[in-house]
Amino acid sequence: MTANLEQNDRQIVLVCCGTGCTANGAREVFQNFQTKLKDHPEIEVQPIIKATGCNGWCEKGPLVRMMPRDITYCSVAAKDVDEIVEKTLLNGVLIKRLLYRDPVSKQQLTTHHMTDFYRKQHKIALRNIGEIDPGEINDFIERGGYQALKKALQGMRPGELIDEIKASGLRGRGGGGFPTGRKWQACSEARGETKYIICNGDEGDPGAFMDRSILEGDPHTVIEGMILGAYAVGAAHGYIYVRDEYDLAVQYLGKALKDARKNGYLGNKILDSEFSFDIEIIRGGGAFVCGEETALIASIEGRIGEPRDKYVFPTEKGLWGKPTIINNVETWANIPVIIREGAEEFAAIGTEASKGTKVFSLVGKVVNTGLVEVPMGTTLREIIYEIGGGVLKKRAFKAVQTGGPSGGCIPAELLDLPVDFDSLTQAGSMMGSGGLIVMDDHTCMVEVARYYVNFLAEESCGKCTPCREGIRALLEILTNICRGQGRIEDLQLMEDICLTMQEASLCALGRTAPNPVLSTLRYFRDEYIEHIENQFCPAGVCRELTTFFIDPEKCTGCTLCIKYCSVDAITGEKKQVHVIDENTCIRCGECYRICTFDAIKLARREHYGN
Amino acid sequence: MQIDLGEYEHTREYKNLIENYSSQPEYLLAMMQDVQKQYNYLPRLAISMIAEYMSMPVSRVYAVASFYKAFSLTPKGRYVFRVCDGTACHIKNSETLLDQLQQHLGIMAGETTPDGLFSVETVNCLGACALAPVMVVNGKVYAKVATGDVKKIIKEYGGQEHDS
Repeated sequence: MTANLEQNDRQIVLVCCGTGCTANGAREVFQNFQTKLKDHPEIEVQPIIKATGCNGWCEKGPLVRMMPRDITYCSVAAKDVDEIVEKTLLNGVLIKRLLYRDPVSKQQLTTHHMTDFYRKQHKIALRNIGEIDPGEINDFIERGGYQALKKALQGMRPGELIDEIKASGLRGRGGGGFPTGRKWQACSEARGETKYIICNGDEGDPGAFMDRSILEGDPHTVIEGMILGAYAVGAAHGYIYVRDEYDLAVQYLGKALKDARKNGYLGNKILDSEFSFDIEIIRGGGAFVCGEETALIASIEGRIGEPRDKYVFPTEKGLWGKPTIINNVETWANIPVIIREGAEEFAAIGTEASKGTKVFSLVGKVVNTGLVEVPMGTTLREIIYEIGGGVLKKRAFKAVQTGGPSGGCIPAELLDLPVDFDSLTQAGSMMGSGGLIVMDDHTCMVEVARYYVNFLAEESCGKCTPCREGIRALLEILTNICRGQGRIEDLQLMEDICLTMQEASLCALGRTAPNPVLSTLRYFRDEYIEHIENQFCPAGVCRELTTFFIDPEKCTGCTLCIKYCSVDAITGEKKQVHVIDENTCIRCGECYRICTFDAIKLARREHYGN
Repeated sequence: MQIDLGEYEHTREYKNLIENYSSQPEYLLAMMQDVQKQYNYLPRLAISMIAEYMSMPVSRVYAVASFYKAFSLTPKGRYVFRVCDGTACHIKNSETLLDQLQQHLGIMAGETTPDGLFSVETVNCLGACALAPVMVVNGKVYAKVATGDVKKIIKEYGGQEHDS
């Protein structure tokens, strides 16, 4: 069936050139559109960058969106361009095979606004992502941008602004959850003429990319938030500290700052008031610890990113020893909305102690991957199953890891936990910057703990002993367990080390580093014991402990595993039982994961051990 | 001691990159990043020139250079294979990719082949988790890489196998 579409006025073809789409050939698609549409000046072609991870559509790239009718085509190849121009653009006929197919409902949809993934979200920080051209200040202004700034400068005293933020109940979105209004008040009351505003965009958690999306997709909202913060505390200078890897973000921010200056929102005498403020971009050097505010300040000052103890908060002595506010990208993105719409509206969303929404990056073994913004207090089950569409390939859910390397793993029995700052901490994890990594029964929890500790071992700055040595000791023990050389008393030893680190480390990195170990010990202790006592990895991940074999009863001889085996360790004819050669097998587990008949089985690797 | 005149070949270019910024400490990282981007590493001479321009001891610039991941003190290969080992990629088997890459190229992560063609690195997260596992070669993104694809990708860049 082909549906006829209404002809509307000016048509725009948006070709996504984000990471995912470019990997699949979006540039060629874009060029083909340009050549093909040369003779049709009434149709405009634009490259856009959708939010990274764009609602899981990223893997369906290249994406082509046609406005004003809002039709999105997925997996567009360069050769499809002719057909799209002829049929859809010129004659208004839908091409069904290019439409998105919702993996849950199996329906074909013309726009992402129709998916469950999108409809169940509540967008504040992400309100403009993918809806506006991030390089176009007027797009932002059309959607209410810089209105909060006008409102503040034309009728609010700085103190009122701080009261408004306090009343909203906004807490820092970078992980700590410190009340933003109190931070601002402390900075505003701190003595000194010179004060600084910093935006922390040093997003280092693996598996989290919300800050990147906001900076790339809606840079002006962060800028507006910072200007409001500066006005509230009386700062004249601000810095945005961004990871250097985020090329696009740096590019768009640079343009946004220029445009804001040109339009009088930034620089001298903003909007003809007496208030002046400007912002500079600092590109980070790639150190996870710099997400810690005092380390970040050290980094801006051109030193190595070592944190200091916070007897005195940065709000009193921060950058260059002056009172400084540091807030995370997502926090800043919320500020303009709170000021524009009022604190009450914001405070109506969320739970008693955690107001507003939170952006999560939902990744891992989940059907819909992408950024998700939901009210605080939404349960993990709602996020993973209703929005995320459940676990990939309908496998069993094992755990969800929250809070990045310093967070913890939450098991299936806590899926109904409402997500806010305090409930996650109680469960032994933390909010962190908002990574949610879904793990299925093919994930080994001991190895996951080892992975995070290994990450932290590389990222610990080495300044204080508990963190530096503690992480190293944990890593050694965990590596041994993964190799089948663990001892049962190691579990107690690890818990002792963890407690010492929590008490004695200098900064949050060291104090929270034990979380991955403690939470897996708490919820998945039997897996540790299995590794230690039986030298067996139930998930088939730890290679030294695992061997794979084919169950002759179940193997149908489909040859799928033979195709996927990169070392040709599997042999067998079509429709005959296949065999794995244990000596050639590298135990990557690829066959185990792809076999649709559950014919590949795990066994303990016998010859190994002490 | 042998003096390598080649070291001084780019003196003027270093100077230009450095003097794009004023000598305030907040620009230290920025100028180092620019040199790193241009030359794929921080040449010794550039480090001492930065120190002089900033009126800092060389040791301090060196400390910064060795602390942050963005900087390298040795030249990298012409093709840099970066395997993402973010959590999403990790649980989708990025470690095997890395193993394969190391085996086929005969080098470990962080090293460069003797012919200067290839380097292998791991990165914490590229923020492209929907495409996991991800590998990037000189900016070109390879999405959902299967273990068997590694050989093909190496060949694309003219690499031979170092099976040993």
